[in-house]
Amino acid sequence: MATIVGAATALSASKSFDSRKLRLPSRRSLPVSERKGSFLVVRSDGSEVHKVHRAQKLIANAVATKADSSAASTASKPGHELLLFEALREGLEEEMDRDPTVCVMGEDVGHYGGSYKVTKGLATKYGDLRVLDTPIAENSFTGMGIGAAMTGLRPIVEGMNMGFLLLAFNQISNNCGMLHYTSGGQFKIPIVIRGPGGVGRQLGAEHSQRLESYFQSIPGIQMVACSTPYNAKGLMKAAIRSENPVILFEHVLLYNLKERIPDEEYVCSLEEAEMVRPGEHVTILTYSRMRYHVMQAAKTLVNKGYDPEVIDIRSLKPFDLHTIGNSVKKTHRVLIVEECMRTGGIGASLTAAITENFNDYLDAPIICLSSQDVPTPYAGTLEEWTVVQPAQIVTAVEQLCQ
Amino acid sequence: MALAHVASSTSRSNLLRPISAFVFPNLRRQLSTDDTRTLTIETSVPFTSHKCESPSRSVETTPSELLSFFRDMATMRRMEIAADSLYKAKLIRGFCHLYDGQEAVAVGMEAAITKKDSIITAYRDHCTFLGRGGTLLEVFSELMGRIDGCSKGKGGSMHFYKKDSGFYGGHGIVGAQIPLGCGLAFAQKYKKDGTVTFALYGDGAANQGQLFEALNISALWDLPAILVCENNHYGMGTAEWRAAKSPSYYKRGDYVPGLKVDGMDALAVKQACKFAKEHALKNGPIILEMDTYRYHGHSMSDPGSTYRTRDEISGVRQERDPIERIRKLILSHDLATEKELKDTEKEVRKLVDDAIAQAKESPMPEPHELFSNVYAKGYGVEAFGADRKEVRAVLP
Repeated sequence: MATIVGAATALSASKSFDSRKLRLPSRRSLPVSERKGSFLVVRSDGSEVHKVHRAQKLIANAVATKADSSAASTASKPGHELLLFEALREGLEEEMDRDPTVCVMGEDVGHYGGSYKVTKGLATKYGDLRVLDTPIAENSFTGMGIGAAMTGLRPIVEGMNMGFLLLAFNQISNNCGMLHYTSGGQFKIPIVIRGPGGVGRQLGAEHSQRLESYFQSIPGIQMVACSTPYNAKGLMKAAIRSENPVILFEHVLLYNLKERIPDEEYVCSLEEAEMVRPGEHVTILTYSRMRYHVMQAAKTLVNKGYDPEVIDIRSLKPFDLHTIGNSVKKTHRVLIVEECMRTGGIGASLTAAITENFNDYLDAPIICLSSQDVPTPYAGTLEEWTVVQPAQIVTAVEQLCQ
Repeated sequence: MALAHVASSTSRSNLLRPISAFVFPNLRRQLSTDDTRTLTIETSVPFTSHKCESPSRSVETTPSELLSFFRDMATMRRMEIAADSLYKAKLIRGFCHLYDGQEAVAVGMEAAITKKDSIITAYRDHCTFLGRGGTLLEVFSELMGRIDGCSKGKGGSMHFYKKDSGFYGGHGIVGAQIPLGCGLAFAQKYKKDGTVTFALYGDGAANQGQLFEALNISALWDLPAILVCENNHYGMGTAEWRAAKSPSYYKRGDYVPGLKVDGMDALAVKQACKFAKEHALKNGPIILEMDTYRYHGHSMSDPGSTYRTRDEISGVRQERDPIERIRKLILSHDLATEKELKDTEKEVRKLVDDAIAQAKESPMPEPHELFSNVYAKGYGVEAFGADRKEVRAVLP
């Protein structure tokens, strides 16, 4: 009870927000709708089979929302169908074929094939010099990746889990982000740092972190979050080709999303937001896994007569203020839905950027739905309450459009 | 030997490059003779080795190399003393870590390797930069935050770099440059170009965990990485024995071979670095511990006298000074007269003064430089300002 009230208070902190309205749906209707929705059922026994099973449910769901969206749908085009982790792998492999300076390093990326199979089979194909199994020493192998990048190699450093990259924070911040600047432009650091983050299925506090808020203020770093197999591959390729250090955020729960992607080569822009669903009434900005919570809520909202515009901001740093701004100009209302922490998160930065740039276009204060400021709990129900749920999104939109 | 000679004469002519036009051409020709007779000189202290053979104590050198050692070290010494004065005159601000006393390491190392080999060091980097072929003007301009600095005035004392001759900085976080250095060595192995990386760190950084992580990886992958511990015996104000259970840093690689070198003797350093390069290309990483000493305090705010005695400092100056050692060698082998060496010192003094005068004329960076070099190329938005005032999107 206390948690729910707390959640409501946190939500209302943004602006006049009726906590009772929020509390009721989140208590009563959420568990039901989520069991149906399938990817929020968090009572896990942890077995592999079950994971795959749930993942398949998740796929169905994601593809359904994908088909729902009128923009960027590739389902009808010819191409090939694959899972998100396979898309990442495909992007990686294409770039390694194209450019001999591309190499991969990380824990168990080689012979084991990567803990989420993103680098599966690459060691056999490219050998141990290009696909490097490192000891469990994030600080050093990230530093070595940066050193190698200074000479012009394009290493892709995999953090087995985003949380582990905190051990390499010094390297990422002090060396990766700043070297181009402190050397007066002499050195470029074309490195990609990637790994899974986000709240998974009862993974506990350390392995459920959303580190984008930690990394966002490092100058010189670019950050992108992938959310579909299509953009995962496109962003991976773009990140490898970028002359700047790029952190690519993946989500543990999205690796098994299935989508049909084009056979021909394509690259996504690192600085472009993705229009997921054009609409008129309210701009919903989101990224990574929350995109699917938003699309679930969007269904309900459409049934209720709302026409929300959903944008996957994708580029977490710098923000695509062009796309975002045009949307704000059209709808005059903004809801931000993120999995990041409430304090100092991406949503907070986005709120600041929108207020500063487009305040004149806003008809209502921005509402930002974020995760609660707590270490992610293990218990399924508590974990569920930590992240934003579709019902809360519906309530927030109703509130905004009053 | 020929290789070493080429390297040393290159670095010397680079030192002279900026203002060579008006520097007593006669004297220069007289001193930097192309005298390439081989001299064999015994190092005064033997090498101590760990899990490897020691190199020979007999170091081969030439008169011209000795003269260039003298000149380069005198320039470095004069440059650091001048930086000290400029700091006191408030023309240099912030952090400034001086290298005087340790010059033999920079000079001896350069004599053994080529510019294709890489060097990376921490924040005490002015002289290493100079040794790699950086100019005095770039040094003083950078120290004073001017646009002609090697990092356009954006790096400061701790961030000197010279990409074209393999100098990778210049890093402010103690020990964080070591993994980078091993990464450079990885790239060298990846590209199979037969070069090596010297990753320098101090006795303070020798206690950092990332050193051992990087060393493990380098040894696993047989990387051509040479870890050089410049042991000046104090990590800031903490004496080595108060911070390290075992201050034998050359032994601390355990499975990695090591060599303890008299870091006040440029010839010993040269011999060790030559040995290490050969070793690293064949067998992977090796640790060199350079027993050296810094005359100045850790940084400008440290008088350098609270944790050590004045006698200790003057004792080292009298008995082990790297420049005086080379001076004695030159005189005893009758390669130059005392007056000629004094003239060389006057000459470099003028070079330093001229460079300072030139650096003072160099303009401060333009305001737009604030936002250049954050990203490798321009983006729609310039950069995130600290207060986000710089984030502006233009709508059609």
